[in-house]
Amino acid sequence: MSTNTTTLTMVSDEEIAISRAFDAPRQLVFEAHTKPEHVTQWLLGPEGWTMPLREIDLRPGGSWRFAWQHADGRKLEMTGVYREVVPPFRIVNTERWGPDWPETVNTLQFSEEDGRTTVTQTVRYDSREARDAALATGMMSGVERSYELLDGLLAKQR
Amino acid sequence: MATDQLSMTFAALADPTRRAILGRLLDGSATVKELAAPFAMSGPAISKHLRVLERAGLIKRGRAAQWRPCELDATPLKGVTEWAERYRQFWDESYRRLDRYLDRMKEQGDEH
Repeated sequence: MSTNTTTLTMVSDEEIAISRAFDAPRQLVFEAHTKPEHVTQWLLGPEGWTMPLREIDLRPGGSWRFAWQHADGRKLEMTGVYREVVPPFRIVNTERWGPDWPETVNTLQFSEEDGRTTVTQTVRYDSREARDAALATGMMSGVERSYELLDGLLAKQR
Repeated sequence: MATDQLSMTFAALADPTRRAILGRLLDGSATVKELAAPFAMSGPAISKHLRVLERAGLIKRGRAAQWRPCELDATPLKGVTEWAERYRQFWDESYRRLDRYLDRMKEQGDEH
């Protein structure tokens, strides 16, 4: 069982970094992130989701699109455009979760040490609208207990 | 959901007194006096918290009666959980799955 943990830090008011180490060499981790047949195996979030649609045109200016579907019928879609592609070190791309969500510019960095690869994803909010959302994200990390309360509130309501 | 609404909801939830008020309102509507009872706080202090909750859309207050009973409105909470869950759980659970998948990739690489 891996003890690697996902860390989420606020870099600034506009930037969030998500970092995670993997017990695998960089080339393998990079491939897992960029080949559709691999991505569909793990980039699924919570249990119950599948990714019936994944398109990756891995080159600057190329677009990508992932669509998820839950067993209960819920759907999610994420789209964006690649700005920089430097295998197996770095990818910069835009990302949007849907029309109601702000566009972000994400930098994916792969660094290897002693056969372990650390993936750092920096999410930058590019507009004022988006920055407001980022501020809310900062609160997210600080108000863990609020979410526990929320879970409790919603559970009681069912 | 507008991001301003989301920020207001977060700010409203950051305070333990306001969380306790919301918890109380789960059991049904209540007057300001009833809500103030468990706290060592003045009526105006409680009213201030209620205004924050009202602006965030988390409570509704009756118009007719002069004691204006408060009622919970969970709509913004659903916006928060939807938004927060997308972000936080998504990566953590995906990465745990990636650990296992990388092991399989390594095994398959060793076989060839």
